[in-house]
Amino acid sequence: MTSLRYAEALNRALREEMTRDPMVWLFGEDIATYGGVFKVTKDLLGEFGPGRVRDTPISEQTLTAMAVTAAMAGTRPVLEIMYADFLPLSIDALVNQAGVFDYIWGGQVSIPMVLRTQGGGGAGAGAQHSKSLDAFVAHIPGLKVVAPATPADAYGLLKAAIRDPNPVIVLEHKLLYNLRGEVPEDGGLIEIGRARTAREGRDVSIFATSRMVHLSLEAAEKLAAEGIEAEVIDLRSLRPLDVGAIVASVAKTHHAVVVNEGWRFCGYGAELSATIMEQAFDDLDAPVERVGAMDVAIPYSEPLEKTVLPDVEAIMAAVRRARR
Amino acid sequence: MAERATAQKRGRTRSSAATTSSPKKNSAPDLATLSRDEELKAYRDMLLIRRFEEKAGQLYGMGLIGGFCHLYIGQEAVVVGMQMCVKDGVDQVITGYRDHGHMLATGMDPKGVMAELTGRAGGYSKGKGGSMHMFSREKQFFGGHGIVGAQVSLGTGLAFANKYRGQDTVTLAYFGDGAANQGQVYESFNMAELWKLPVIYIIENNKYAMGTAVNRASAQTDFSKRGLSFAIPGEQVDGMDVRAVKAAGERAVKWCREGNGPYILEMQTYRYRGHSMSDPAKYRSKDEVQKMRTDHDPIEQVRLRLIENEWAGEDDLKAIDKDVRAIVAESADFATVDPEPDVAELWTDILK
Repeated sequence: MTSLRYAEALNRALREEMTRDPMVWLFGEDIATYGGVFKVTKDLLGEFGPGRVRDTPISEQTLTAMAVTAAMAGTRPVLEIMYADFLPLSIDALVNQAGVFDYIWGGQVSIPMVLRTQGGGGAGAGAQHSKSLDAFVAHIPGLKVVAPATPADAYGLLKAAIRDPNPVIVLEHKLLYNLRGEVPEDGGLIEIGRARTAREGRDVSIFATSRMVHLSLEAAEKLAAEGIEAEVIDLRSLRPLDVGAIVASVAKTHHAVVVNEGWRFCGYGAELSATIMEQAFDDLDAPVERVGAMDVAIPYSEPLEKTVLPDVEAIMAAVRRARR
Repeated sequence: MAERATAQKRGRTRSSAATTSSPKKNSAPDLATLSRDEELKAYRDMLLIRRFEEKAGQLYGMGLIGGFCHLYIGQEAVVVGMQMCVKDGVDQVITGYRDHGHMLATGMDPKGVMAELTGRAGGYSKGKGGSMHMFSREKQFFGGHGIVGAQVSLGTGLAFANKYRGQDTVTLAYFGDGAANQGQVYESFNMAELWKLPVIYIIENNKYAMGTAVNRASAQTDFSKRGLSFAIPGEQVDGMDVRAVKAAGERAVKWCREGNGPYILEMQTYRYRGHSMSDPAKYRSKDEVQKMRTDHDPIEQVRLRLIENEWAGEDDLKAIDKDVRAIVAESADFATVDPEPDVAELWTDILK
């Protein structure tokens, strides 16, 4: 085990996979010479050269479509979309191409592409650089979507994503890049589609994604002082969803809170909530509580932004409502 | 730098020469000389597309084909001429929604294509794709795309992979005059030239984007010039004359294989039928259509040359027609009796 920052863990995963397989190559805006705006691709240009670590023009729509066919034609592209807020420019290639070609062509193709991006608020980056658009991509059949919350998961899920024969979206979080944690020396692949129990508890289950996992753990510690033992499940894989882990936890605690940083209305939390109602209704002692961003654009002003985004207090309040 | 200067010079030369007058009147300088065998093959390949499309139109009218059905009738010389310039099953083809002709030209099985049009299990996509969504690894055909212009970016990605893998493969990315106004086309042009990708952008200018005439949608109607600011050479080509297509296609393929980057060919062509089966085409006159059929029909041009050169007699041509009709009839029969896909197919091929 080594202690690495989240960004370093991603960097190591890329380096190892590029060393292992010469068909793995990286492209995106400012990923090579600049090393990536969050330094995830730092030093890789020098190690692998411009043929495999490629700066691109600012052309997200075409870059994403190129990843689809370059993957189909035998390479393993890893595309970085600098901000999740730019995903709408990529959406055509995801919803009309990456997710559907294998299906509408009768199972004849494999699209082993990875799209890495980062979202989330709390950095004062304003409405066009702060969103969590998890629901946009998790909505699409034929894709896999992961959202690592820890350095170990960032490392293991990115490696698994690169080796996966399907298109995989890796949703990182801008406030997690400096988070430090233990990462296995090598190997350490994490199966896509498996949730992780971040904290065990008997009274209520908190199902959280990405940075919300850490806020949920903090909330759980505080709630313990009130005598409420919360279980925190880090979903890790948004699609496919580990429904089994969700149902098992609800069967144990009989209370559920879902926490996702995206907008509540038609958001990823809504899907989680519906899944729990459909799959675990008989085990529930109370309605599912849902925590998410308020349904407004993410404002720049620090106090306003704090109000819009879910925080520890909001999660604690939701748990208390669920336990009432 | 020398390479780029050549590209610019070439781009200017070709497009300016071609714009002096209609290439249909002034096509003499750039015609490939076809042998008897080549003329006969072109005749047969174009006739197969036309008869196939006529049959598809009938099956649509009978209710056997649903949804969309965009016929290629009138444009046959473009794909047949281009396919004469490339290696079957090696060089790649990708196109938009008017894709039946491209599939047949690459040598895909008419039965599999027709059965996909009727939504049968024996279709190329097991009935889950339809008219616009078919694929063949064997023939290197990458669709069939219903999002107008997307095939330009997708084709550019194929060319990128070919270059990355060190393969001597050229990608033919076909799109229409309508698609040429999509933003991603220019993102693609930029990257293709920047990275010298071996892709030929073939703009099939059939004068109408659905019902919108070219001059009502395009500020620059000379599509061969659409790559000029990226220094991509372009030519306007008489897309109704298979000899002109082949001559231009060979220049473009050579340019790509030599590592010079992309090339643009504007094929001036014409579709005889409406945009799709549901389009009565009231945005143009019957005279306009009739004039193209009478004066420029791509198949008739080859037929007249075959007769004139005494390379084939009426009986020989009738025999070809009979043969082609038999292939088409067989495909229609298969597409009519082949079973529809089982409901269990709904949940296959979602993830590997």
